[in-house]
This record gives sequence, structure tokens and C-alpha cells, in this order.
Amino acid sequence: MSPILFWLFAFVMLVFGAAVVINRNPIASALSLVVCFMGLSALFISLDAFFIGIIQVLVYAGAVMVLFLFIIMLLDLRVEERRKINLVAFVGGLAVAFALFVQICFVVDQLGAAKQAFPSLRAAKMDDVHNVGLLLFTNYNLPFQIIGVLVLVATIGVVVLSKRELR
Amino acid sequence: MPGEFVDQIFVAAKRWLLSLLPHAPDWVVQIASALLNIILLLGVFATLFALISVLERKILGRIQNRYGPNRVGPFGLLQPVADGIKMLIKEDVVPIRADKVVHFLAPIMMLLPAILALGVIPYGRNMTAFSIDGGILFFFAVGSAAELAVFMAGWGSNNKFSMLGAMRAIAQMVSYELPLLIVVLPVVMIVGSLSPDAIVAAQDGYKWGIVPRWFVLTPWGAAAFILFFVAGLVESNRTPFDVPEGESEIVAGHMTEYSGFKYATFFMAEYFGMFAVSGLAVTLFLGGWHAPIAWLEVVPSYLWFFAKLAVLLFVFIWIRGTLPRTRIDQVMSFAWKFMLPMAFTCVIAAAVWHYQAHGWAGWLSSLGIVAVVYLGLSRLLDTRRKFATRTYRFAE
Repeated sequence: MSPILFWLFAFVMLVFGAAVVINRNPIASALSLVVCFMGLSALFISLDAFFIGIIQVLVYAGAVMVLFLFIIMLLDLRVEERRKINLVAFVGGLAVAFALFVQICFVVDQLGAAKQAFPSLRAAKMDDVHNVGLLLFTNYNLPFQIIGVLVLVATIGVVVLSKRELR
Repeated sequence: MPGEFVDQIFVAAKRWLLSLLPHAPDWVVQIASALLNIILLLGVFATLFALISVLERKILGRIQNRYGPNRVGPFGLLQPVADGIKMLIKEDVVPIRADKVVHFLAPIMMLLPAILALGVIPYGRNMTAFSIDGGILFFFAVGSAAELAVFMAGWGSNNKFSMLGAMRAIAQMVSYELPLLIVVLPVVMIVGSLSPDAIVAAQDGYKWGIVPRWFVLTPWGAAAFILFFVAGLVESNRTPFDVPEGESEIVAGHMTEYSGFKYATFFMAEYFGMFAVSGLAVTLFLGGWHAPIAWLEVVPSYLWFFAKLAVLLFVFIWIRGTLPRTRIDQVMSFAWKFMLPMAFTCVIAAAVWHYQAHGWAGWLSSLGIVAVVYLGLSRLLDTRRKFATRTYRFAE
């Protein structure tokens, strides 16, 4: 993949990732998060991982963000905008972010696999949808089934909770 | 062979244009090729948009027993030009309390996914602008960005009608995206690929030399096609389901605060979305660019694609001219109580059809499954309401 594209999309992601935190307006934060997700999926696609990139947009930018926005619509936005910056929380947040950053750097430095370049997906000429499906139904079949049951339970729970009265 | 030459004329023309840059580096050629595709796609669909906007008014006029626009140019065909000039020179009003950035970006965000979605559809033999493995998924992924655009328009305008319209639109689009996606599943299952080119290739050939192997000619395919079409009507906010912009209730929904060219952009995005959904329906169920009869394969493939597209667009307009608007609660309960179970039924019926080797037995049993579920659902959902004569409290 072209390094220019990598730097471009990484820059976009960083700017909008920061905008999510800095913006006082929850809607503007949520929309910045969408741009951030788009940048991430562009990075996946420029690595030839089309399936992951597309799913990233479909699930996060599409479904999850629409849900976020729906919930934000039900909140009182003025309260959030009027809130003063709490100095202790600000410094604490910076410290936690810095600690996490150092930790990630440390882990990446220790991990052997992170140092060697992965083979290019374009050269492998694979059908990534096919591969993901194959793995889901062979190696990871049990976790897949468990997640299926979990989602079903959540669905039934929502139906039960949102019913006005149980008959 | 002249037929083949006419069929591939656009592909050959593109190859010739690219051969004009012989010593250019690889990435220049790639960008030039992509730009050519984009320009052609935008040109074709902008023209089609202009044409369909006047044809729609003409057909609606004919349905309602009046002439449509017939003053500008021959048969009123230059009407879109006049409309375009009018839209361009209109004053652009932005509400003072609106969120300026979001309000400005919403129409662009609306048009962008519609154009992107058009890129993955195969318009003819070797004529896919952007051919990737997960083309079908890409179509729905970019399509989901339209919901964000509707939200941006509704929220950014700072108007209660806009907000209500946007909430209706999003609720409706999210609900119908589910059946729209699930109904595509049987086709993807049978073909075993998410690429639109492979799906069109799977519908090649003719049974006994006459009946084309289109998926719409199987029972599950026919049911899935109808469900897809209805869900497509909702996704493009067309008439029986245009509650988000119901003029009689909430002015124009999320587009209330837009004027001039921004409004025109919304209008354009709606039509481009309609083209994209119809194009995908043609690709998935109507055999893409394949001819309906074997000896008609000499007609260029892109003509077949656009002929099928035109038929679907006509049905869109026809429905708009004949059906009244539904209520929002009816729209929602139809999605969850009827469309979704029927969509799952299509998946099961397709599986049965597939495992009986696509033969007569499979055809009949999948027909049986679809029919039984359809009848059962209609029996269950029938409220059997007795309509009493209406009594008026404040009028006689």
C-alpha cells in the first residue's frame, strides 16, 4: 500500500479521534467518530482487506453510530455544553491516556510478530469472505454458536422489556 | 464479429484512451482509468436523472388525466434544464440557529453514498466500474451512510419538522434495511459469492434453450424480488412509504430548511438511490445484463441492463401515481411482522431448492414453503377489524 495514503488516512483518523474528545457538542463528537471509523476502514481497504474494511463501515459507521445518535437525541444537549472543564479529571485523563500509550508501545516492542512485515494480501490472491466463513464454521464454531445464542437472548430481552404489560 | 464489437465498444474505447498514455507510470494509468469510469458513470446517471424527472411528471400527468410539462422544448424535454437553472439561481436560505457545518454537509453526505453504490453494479459484459469481491456488502455499507446524512439534515436544521422527519426516516430506513439485507442472502448463498459479477455470471444460460436462468423465475427468487423491491421503495422514500417527507403532516421532513441547489441535491440523491436499488435488483434477480431470449444476445448487454432498469423505474413511478401514503405505524409493523419473516422464509426455500439440485421437486417444494408461510402470516396478521360507521363528535 502506498505510504502517502497511509499517512493521509492515519492523519485524518488522529485529527477526528481527537475531535471526538475535544468537542463539547455530543452530536459533533459522534459525527467525528464516524469520520474516524471511515479512516480506519480506508486503512483496511488499502491493505487489500476489503471484507474487514466494508464490515467496519457497515457495522460501526452504519448500525452502531445510528444507535448512538438516536440515544444522543434523547439527551439534553445544553447541559453537556455548559459543563466546565474539571481540572482534576482533565489531568487524570491525560495521565491514563499517556500510561496506555506507553503500555502499547511496550507490548508492541516485546511482540516478535509485530517486527516482521506480514505477506501482502494481494499476492496471496485470496477470497477473504470465503476464508472468514470457513474459519467461523470450523475452528471457531463453538464461540460463533455461543455469540448467536447471546444475541438471541438479547433480542428476546429487548422484546420483553419494551412490552408495556406482560399478558 | 460486429455484435461483439458493439457490445464491447465502451471497453475498447476506454482501452484506446488509456493507450494514449504509453509511458506514464502505473499509478497514473490507474488513476486515469478510475477517473474515466467515474466521469462516464456520473454522466450517464445525471442524464438519466434529468430524463426521469421529466418522464415521471409526464407519466404522473397521464395517470392523473392531464398533460405533464409540455412547454419547454419539444414535448417538454428541456424542462430539467429550466428546473436546473431555476434551482441554481434561487436564494440559498440557511436558518440562523442551524448548525452551519452539519447543515451544509448533509446534502453532500446524502449524494455521496448513492453515487458510490452505483459503482459496484455491472452495467454490461466487462463493464463494472469498481469490481471487488464483497461488492454486495460494499453496496449496503455505503448505503447505511445515507441514514447519517438524513440525521445530519434533520438535526443540523434546528427545526422541529426536520427533526421529526429525520426520526421517522431513520426509524423506517433502519427497519427496512434488515429485510433488504436478508432477502439478498439466498442469492448470495446459491451463487456462493458476494461479487455482483459472479452473481450475473450465475444467471447465464437458458433452461431447455428458452427459459433464462434468472433467479426471479424460481419461487423463492420471485418472493425475494418482490420483498426487495418493496424494501427498496422504502429505502428511497418513494410514495407509499414517503412518511418522512409527508407534505400534509410535517412540511418536507428533514428537507424542510433546505432551499435552492441544496434541495436539488437531496432530490438528486433520492433518484440516484432509486437507480442504485433498481440496478441491484436487476443484478440480483433479473439476470443483470443477460438477454431474456437466447437469440437476442446479439443486442449489446448494456442495452439489456438499461432496459430492465427502465422497466423497474417505470414501476416506481406507476406505484407513486396509484397508491396513497401509508401511516408510520403501518409501515413499521409491516416491516417487522411481515417483511422480516418472509425474508427468512426465502432463505429457507432457497436452501431447499438448492439441495434438490435445482429441479422440479425443489421448485415445487420451495413454492410450497413460500406459499404456506405467506398464507399463515396473512391469517395471523389479519386483525379482522369490523369497521363501524364513523361518528363525528364535532361535526355533522
